[in-house]
Amino acid sequence: MSKFPNQLALVAVATTSVVALSVGLSERAAYRADLAAAEAQAMAEETQAAEASAVAEVAEAETVVTEEVTEEVVAEAEVVEEAVEEPAEDVVAEAPVAEDAPAEEMHAGMAFEGGTSRPALFVGAAWAESHESPMIGELEGITFDLGREALPEEVAAWNIDIRPDGQGLPVGSGDVWTGEEVYIENCAMCHGDFGEAVGRWPVLAGGWDTLTHEDPVKTPGSYWPYLSTVWDYVHRAMPYGQAQSLTDDEVYAITAYLLYLNNLVDDDFELSNENFTEVRLPNEDGFFMDDREEGEIPAFSEEPCMENCKDSVEITMRATILDVTPEEEEGAEVTEAAAETSEEPATEEAAAEEAPAEEDATEMAAVDPALVEEGEGVFRKCRACHQVGEGAVNRTGPHLNGVLGRTIGGLDDFRYSGVFEEAKAAGEVWGPENLGAYLADPRGAMPGTKMSFAGLRSEDEIAAMIAYLSTFEAQ
Amino acid sequence: MDMKFKGMKPSRRSFLTGAAAAGVGSVAATVAKGQTAPDPAITELQDWQVYLGDGVDAAPYGMPSKHESHVVRRTVEWLTADNVSSINFTPLHELDGIITPNGVCFERHHGGAAEIDPAEHRLMINGLVDKELVFTMEDLMRFPRENHVYFLECAANTGMEWAGAQLNGCQFTHGMIHNVMYTGIPLKLLLAEAGLKTNAKWILPEGADASAMTRSIPIEKALDDCLVAFKMNGEALRTEQGYPVRLVVPGWEGNMWVKWLRRIEVGDEPWHHREETSKYTDLLEDGTARRFTWEMDAKSVITNPSPQAPLTHGPGYTVLTGVAWSGRGTIPRVDVTLDGGKNWHQARMSGPSLNKSMHRFYFEFEWDGKPLLLQSRAHDSTGYVQPTKNQLREWRGENSIYHNNGIQTWYVNEKGEAENVEIS
Repeated sequence: MSKFPNQLALVAVATTSVVALSVGLSERAAYRADLAAAEAQAMAEETQAAEASAVAEVAEAETVVTEEVTEEVVAEAEVVEEAVEEPAEDVVAEAPVAEDAPAEEMHAGMAFEGGTSRPALFVGAAWAESHESPMIGELEGITFDLGREALPEEVAAWNIDIRPDGQGLPVGSGDVWTGEEVYIENCAMCHGDFGEAVGRWPVLAGGWDTLTHEDPVKTPGSYWPYLSTVWDYVHRAMPYGQAQSLTDDEVYAITAYLLYLNNLVDDDFELSNENFTEVRLPNEDGFFMDDREEGEIPAFSEEPCMENCKDSVEITMRATILDVTPEEEEGAEVTEAAAETSEEPATEEAAAEEAPAEEDATEMAAVDPALVEEGEGVFRKCRACHQVGEGAVNRTGPHLNGVLGRTIGGLDDFRYSGVFEEAKAAGEVWGPENLGAYLADPRGAMPGTKMSFAGLRSEDEIAAMIAYLSTFEAQ
Repeated sequence: MDMKFKGMKPSRRSFLTGAAAAGVGSVAATVAKGQTAPDPAITELQDWQVYLGDGVDAAPYGMPSKHESHVVRRTVEWLTADNVSSINFTPLHELDGIITPNGVCFERHHGGAAEIDPAEHRLMINGLVDKELVFTMEDLMRFPRENHVYFLECAANTGMEWAGAQLNGCQFTHGMIHNVMYTGIPLKLLLAEAGLKTNAKWILPEGADASAMTRSIPIEKALDDCLVAFKMNGEALRTEQGYPVRLVVPGWEGNMWVKWLRRIEVGDEPWHHREETSKYTDLLEDGTARRFTWEMDAKSVITNPSPQAPLTHGPGYTVLTGVAWSGRGTIPRVDVTLDGGKNWHQARMSGPSLNKSMHRFYFEFEWDGKPLLLQSRAHDSTGYVQPTKNQLREWRGENSIYHNNGIQTWYVNEKGEAENVEIS
């Protein structure tokens, strides 16, 4: 937008002029509008002049751009003319609104929106005054002519949502057995082989008849009302950290497997877009529309007691007995640590500029800081499962501090895939080469690995990742 | 989120130590009343009186004083499986007035905070419209915009307290809220640009993050006061608050305020997606669940004193303060009790009273040094009065996680230390 200040100014001229015309305001308002118009015009000329002198200094290629801009400016100028001719019509169109609202209010409304003039704002001003919502009808035919029409391919790329009635489901299918394979590879590391969940990740199976218990377990089988929600969510957001990487058939298969885990289908079941809406989840009727207005709100809307409301008060429960609040000291430490980190780079840089210590120089020479920074960005793809840095621990995947130079499968407290155990037995060690190969094609380099990651696309990313990981020593 | 703590305690904690640490962190040495020796803070030259301070531009983007470094968002690790899909809390006990500074607005992500290049960001409107449209950020900046202050409260705020007092500190019990001035485009203008078809009844905003967050919103709300916002408190949205553009759904639960907004679909029925079925539905005692509980009920909390902000000055005049808000209007009145609800006093409201915004209240009193049972009770402009936790449990049971707006109690002992308790 700021690339074309001259156009903006012109638009300002157009719009301000139309204000005076379309609303048919008092002379004073018209005079003010004229002033604003003149000012905007002056601004436009100034900006154009400034830009012209700037343009004179740049290469030919850019002059072409300037010509385009000039053309657009001409186009805008035409719009100005059109706009000036239109107002009579607008005033007629808006006449009913004008009748409803006192003239003064209209005037205030116009001022409030900065003196713009399109009919939509005229209506908008009335809304602002009345604090009433517009009806859809009032908006008909009023547009700002902004944005562009979405292409069918673009809508198709983003319009991925599925509804309970099956709207949005792509053609495809998947059976329980395929689903088990895909699930074990992509989902089991967090949700457990049978949907029982690892740690605090969501449980996906069972929980029947627990909704009235002290600790209800909400799964698709026990709580979720619609199967479409499972398909939609797995497709849009799973696997965690690798969203939208599953094929449609894989999503059908996983959904079928989850139905099986919840005892809702047999093991020979195949789910497809054809039979999808025939499957109903047990708790579909367990939900009802918010009814607070019928019960709670009236009950909670009575004038409360202010004086001598009760004879005695006893403490019935104390948070300190449960004692689960995070330590205040921890917070303080974190803050200090953060402060230290933020100061460190500056100190290091300063030191480096003066006279880098020899040790530092050798270490730093090996790793390009820009590459490390790039690697940090690439590591986003990994951090759903892997931790690195101070305090890093094993999660779904092993922590990666000191991974370069570490024996493959070498952490005692992590349960590796068989292929890693074999590599460990053979005494293999992670280095830039085998780690690079593994990052490029995990399943190709280490067949049978539990890591569900598909691999890094480019050599650059791999180099950056290795550079980044090399900065973390074993702790 | 599973809101009840089960399993190992994270570590041994004495709330007294915590309270003391909070006190030391924020308060300089207090000068005793009976002091006879001259105060060195006055009689001795301080460094800052002698030596020059930083010049301009020492911090091109300014940060709070280093003495305020304890004023930060904090998380409760055991709440979630992983800190990427997690939550942290606004330090309400360190703030005053009604506006939450951008840097301490609580965060809730479902797939981490997406880092989006605004030049590569698009907003699409598709579905039951005359023209399916794509906007760039430049396009959006050319629509008329409005400014409004609104609170955003996570539906799960105070969700850990359903079964009883659990966390010590209003940051943890009530900190899933912030109150910010938004600059944005009325959503109705964008929808009008696309042209709604007559059977347009619902919209589905969608985020561009790795969770592709979606929620169904009825068209009446979309055409009422929703904004597509790109500024908060005057500056660009923070990355963690949805940069470059987010939806603002005034008065309704925070999950609907889709961040990193990339698409709005218009439809004739709700979608029943994950965050409006398996989550953000309110399970009642009989095993049935409310759905589409969008509005946030009136609520208040005393922020000072509170467990993280004890009374450190001993008996005497003191300032009690807190915040109140309602998803249905303004807060004309807050009552405060010092004795656990035997007697109530009207607090003094201060600062702007804006629709669906946080309100600030004060109650100044002479503390006699005896234990206190502090509560606040909000009244909103519809006549609704904030219920006690037990009143709420009579309607909801203890399993609903969301929409816990029950009255909070702080017990303050003779030393001025405060604790989260429940009372009869």
